[in-house]
Amino acid sequence: MSLVETLARPRTWRLPQADGLIQWIVPLVIVVVWQAASSFGLVPARVLPAPSDVVVAGWKLLQSGDLVRNIWVSFWRASVGFAIGGSIGFAFGLANGLSGLSARLSDTTLQMVRNIPHLALIPLVILWFGIDEQAKLFLVALGVFFPIYLNTLHGIRTVDPQLIEMGRIYGMSNLELFRRVIFPGALPSVFVGVRFALGIMWLTLIVAETIAASSGLGYMAMQAREFMQIDVVVLSILIYALLGKLADSASRLLERLTLSWHPAFQKA
Amino acid sequence: MIEALQFLVAEPRPNSFDVDDTSSERAAPPRPETAALPLDLRGLRKSFGDNDVLRGIDLHIPAGQFVTIVGRSGCGKSTLLRLIAGLEAPSAGQIGFGEDKLPGDVRVMFQEPRLLPWARVLANVEIGLGTERSSPDAKARAEAAMIEVGLDDKRGQWPAVLSGGQKQRVALARALVSRPRVLAFDEPLGALDALTRIAMQRLLEDVWRDQGFTAILVTHDVAEAVALADRVLVIEDGRIAKDLLIDLPRPRQRGSAELAALEGEILRDLLKGSEDAFEL
Repeated sequence: MSLVETLARPRTWRLPQADGLIQWIVPLVIVVVWQAASSFGLVPARVLPAPSDVVVAGWKLLQSGDLVRNIWVSFWRASVGFAIGGSIGFAFGLANGLSGLSARLSDTTLQMVRNIPHLALIPLVILWFGIDEQAKLFLVALGVFFPIYLNTLHGIRTVDPQLIEMGRIYGMSNLELFRRVIFPGALPSVFVGVRFALGIMWLTLIVAETIAASSGLGYMAMQAREFMQIDVVVLSILIYALLGKLADSASRLLERLTLSWHPAFQKA
Repeated sequence: MIEALQFLVAEPRPNSFDVDDTSSERAAPPRPETAALPLDLRGLRKSFGDNDVLRGIDLHIPAGQFVTIVGRSGCGKSTLLRLIAGLEAPSAGQIGFGEDKLPGDVRVMFQEPRLLPWARVLANVEIGLGTERSSPDAKARAEAAMIEVGLDDKRGQWPAVLSGGQKQRVALARALVSRPRVLAFDEPLGALDALTRIAMQRLLEDVWRDQGFTAILVTHDVAEAVALADRVLVIEDGRIAKDLLIDLPRPRQRGSAELAALEGEILRDLLKGSEDAFEL
């Protein structure tokens, strides 16, 4: 059964406001089971602290201001790195999708670079930038670049040539053809790239902050490890999960807003 | 013009013209606002590599005539249409339109509706205005075209929610909105079911009679060809094998003896070339 059919089926058996809550049932059950396991001593606090201890640790860090500062630093690095890498990837995707010459010039090179795991560059990046902000931004931008580049390129190349011919017949200029036919046609694929890129963005940032940083969530977790504060380590991991979910939700919202024409995004 | 449109709204199937009215219209078809262009094809050839698709087409189509082109697959009928529509350049020969044609004078409608899925129906129709789509009356003209094809209530919809026949009607409105003087159809009804196809044939005939453009319709459906055309051309091996005038009053009764006889004659011609294939 296709996605469209699944979405279009009437859902009268479920309350509409329950739709937003139902996704939180599983995480909630996990937290409850975890709390119970810790309270009854099934899981030693040295291995995994109880959720309540994690909350307490979070509250302390919140009061000292460390938590907000570190989240903010990580968030700033993630968004700036994403913006830099994403725009360069998008620009290359556009150029190589629209111009054969540009594609012949750069695509092979980019495909070669793509096959280097970008985290393998960490030693080199530390030598270049030390543990400054540039190091993190460079790694995030590099990681984000490829999914956006590849999916933008793919999106542009798979725009229906019949629609492009139609646009030409009706006298669209190149700019108009891009604005009205090619770009909207490529957009669903660009969003696939964005969602891949968001995942890579967090992964890269956390690894980079764990290895070479003096602030940020990854640094907070590593420092907590030094002092055996396992509750802070677990707190950091949970915050990654929340931030990742937040980024994904943001991109979904953007998708729904811009792709309202798409059958998969239309309300039944 | 508005009266004519309102008439169409009030009676979306104006196939109830009485016969006298019809014959007088055929003698002097109405030419509101625009005048149809005649076509002159001289020594038209087209080859793709070593493959000669069209081998010399000489043809005059008077302004306002409804011509249908039939032929077996690969006979070159679609290529001929693409040449007329200016989508491809001929390898030799030329196509004249009597006078200099302006952009928007010649429009094409394809088998696929080719609507932009990310534009609302009305915006899709506005695209048909070509370079005039930024003019202040663009929206009003697009709305008038929507009324003409009987889809006025769908103007705010996404194309994805329309049926196949409705999408083709939007494509027709987009082709009509610039008041074309020649309208070329490349099997526009080929993908529709039988009933929708008959309704669309009537609609095509109605807008042609209303606007009086020169219509060139490529089809594989011989019944459709004889029902709609003033003139049927049979293409075989890249040449015109048969040029048949159909002088029957409109609207024509589907399944009438005269149409059936003409259909049989053309089908016999089409099958003659492939008798071997049918004798097993």
